[in-house]
Amino acid sequence: MKTVDTLKKLQRVFREVFDDSSIKLTEKTTAKDVDGWDSLMHITLIAEVEDAFGVKFSMKEVTGMKNIGEMVQLIEKKAK
Amino acid sequence: MRETTYLQLKKNLKKDASGFPITRFALLGDCATQHLACAIRGYAYELGENFEMFEADYDQIDAQLMDSESEFFGFRPDTVLIQMCTEKLYERFVRTQLSDRSTFAEREILAIRNCFERVNAGIKCDILFFLFLPLDDGVFGAYTYREKSSFAYQLMKLNMLLADASGEYGNVRLIDLEPIRAKLGADQFKDAKMYAIAKMPMSTSALVWAASRVVDAVRARKGRFHKCAVVDLDNTLWGGVIGDDGLEGIEIGELGQGHAFTDFQIWLKELKNRGIMLAVCSKNNEATAREPFEKHPEMVLRLDDFSAFAANWEDKASNILKIRDELNIGLDSIVFFDDNPFERNLVKTMLPEVEVVSLPEDPANYVDYVRMLNLFDTASYSEEDQVRTERYLAEKNRSRLNESIDNYDDYLKALEMKAVCAPFDAFHTPRIAQLTQRSNQFNVRTVRYTDAEIAEISQSDKYITRYFTLKDKFGDHGLIAVVILERRGEELFVAEWLMSCRVLKRGMEQFISDAIMKIARQEGFLRVIGEYIETPKNAMVKNLYTDMGFESIGDNRFLAVCETYKLHNTYIREESI
Repeated sequence: MKTVDTLKKLQRVFREVFDDSSIKLTEKTTAKDVDGWDSLMHITLIAEVEDAFGVKFSMKEVTGMKNIGEMVQLIEKKAK
Repeated sequence: MRETTYLQLKKNLKKDASGFPITRFALLGDCATQHLACAIRGYAYELGENFEMFEADYDQIDAQLMDSESEFFGFRPDTVLIQMCTEKLYERFVRTQLSDRSTFAEREILAIRNCFERVNAGIKCDILFFLFLPLDDGVFGAYTYREKSSFAYQLMKLNMLLADASGEYGNVRLIDLEPIRAKLGADQFKDAKMYAIAKMPMSTSALVWAASRVVDAVRARKGRFHKCAVVDLDNTLWGGVIGDDGLEGIEIGELGQGHAFTDFQIWLKELKNRGIMLAVCSKNNEATAREPFEKHPEMVLRLDDFSAFAANWEDKASNILKIRDELNIGLDSIVFFDDNPFERNLVKTMLPEVEVVSLPEDPANYVDYVRMLNLFDTASYSEEDQVRTERYLAEKNRSRLNESIDNYDDYLKALEMKAVCAPFDAFHTPRIAQLTQRSNQFNVRTVRYTDAEIAEISQSDKYITRYFTLKDKFGDHGLIAVVILERRGEELFVAEWLMSCRVLKRGMEQFISDAIMKIARQEGFLRVIGEYIETPKNAMVKNLYTDMGFESIGDNRFLAVCETYKLHNTYIREESI
């Protein structure tokens, strides 16, 4: 999957999880940029992203992701 | 269990549940409970329930329960779920000195019982508690269960002690999540990293299942549960088509796929023994449909296991309506089992209140599938349940007598009815509590009581209690009505009056009304006040009090004066116990 497609699919997951169709993701997006992305939502979000892409993040990855770009990279690495 | 997702449940929180019946629900846990709270509220919405939720902060069980002024007690919940997770239990275990480990479960159960008692000392509230999920730490191998100081041994023991405790406290029920974990697989049930990071003992997909069990338990206690299983015949109760394959050709028992159908029938029979009514709904000639029940030696179910039998060529929705009328139950208390997706869809569309089970394609999977659905949760069980079907069948014989006699009074006389009217006692307590939970139609105030509450009321000087039994020449109806009277100075207030619908129009209403008035006179009261609280299901008793000779005094309240009340004529003879 190309990065742009991964990003698109990820954006769909985000919109679904946050129930907000105005969310736009770029590789630079961080938790600060999305309304309601707190530690609680992070758990829900990770579970949904894992489901949607059929991947599993490690504990270190879940706590260490800095922005959407890193999430996309991890997904692409794991989905291979 | 409805098919849904955690996200769907989360979205439900934004929807308007204000028209739904309210449950004040409190959640206390020694782990992270926010996601569970969300799933429970969202699942409640799916089933048309409005859960107002109090969620304590992380690991605040003791803090909330030890302080009688806490937010928990201030919230006045009607149900509390206490979630203690095995992970935390294990932490306490490993901190226990080796010499004390073989008595670990006894100390833990004391602490848990203490929690229950704190709740009960403060408020009237149902308590739900998750059984501890099994955990073998792999330290002892096959030696584990002969070593009392092993964790797995202590955990198994603790769960047994919990089961015993729940039997002792009338208001505690245990929810076992292990079947859900077995179904999803341990890795799907718990995401280890989420426990490590966020102390979440269940994954979001497991939470949906856990929430469904919790909401089922709450609904059962509020009288919203299933009472009847309506089953198709061909390819549901046996393999093949009786009309085509004949008695020798259908698969049941040793023939073909027969064992799978035998197992399904055994499950239904167990339901029947537990008090669920069974009914047949099949497209068949009636005589053909009856034949296997009468003649096939390997059938588990027989005709007298069924309370209703609808085999004809009409559509199934119409037949289910007939079954409903015959058994006098609500559509929402019916579960429908059919292998045919067309029939399922028809019933789903025409009768959306009926719970329609999508049986798996392979009959081999029927029984495992239906066992997982938790379709028949209950908050009570009594000897009455074991004979429910027999009572219904006796009732059918009565209606036949009714048809053969023109004059209704003659019919009532011919029934030779005898009733007992007596104060609540320990023996009848479970049955009385159950009747308060089951009765929806003939129920003037629809207050639900637990065993413990009934026991308390029967001890209290504030109340006068009576239960009523009725029998006639066709059989014993058992305990069919409950009255709770509250002393209010010169007035006697009818705090509860409910009756089983199957004894309607026998003069039992008049008999009970007279009994209330006789009590009031004996005890020196001047007046009796009754009240009707309307629900979607109890229109039947809207005019009960005026029909009995009470006078309406507004606000759905009714008055009878002891001196002027006129006793009725009935054909019921009072018996002493």
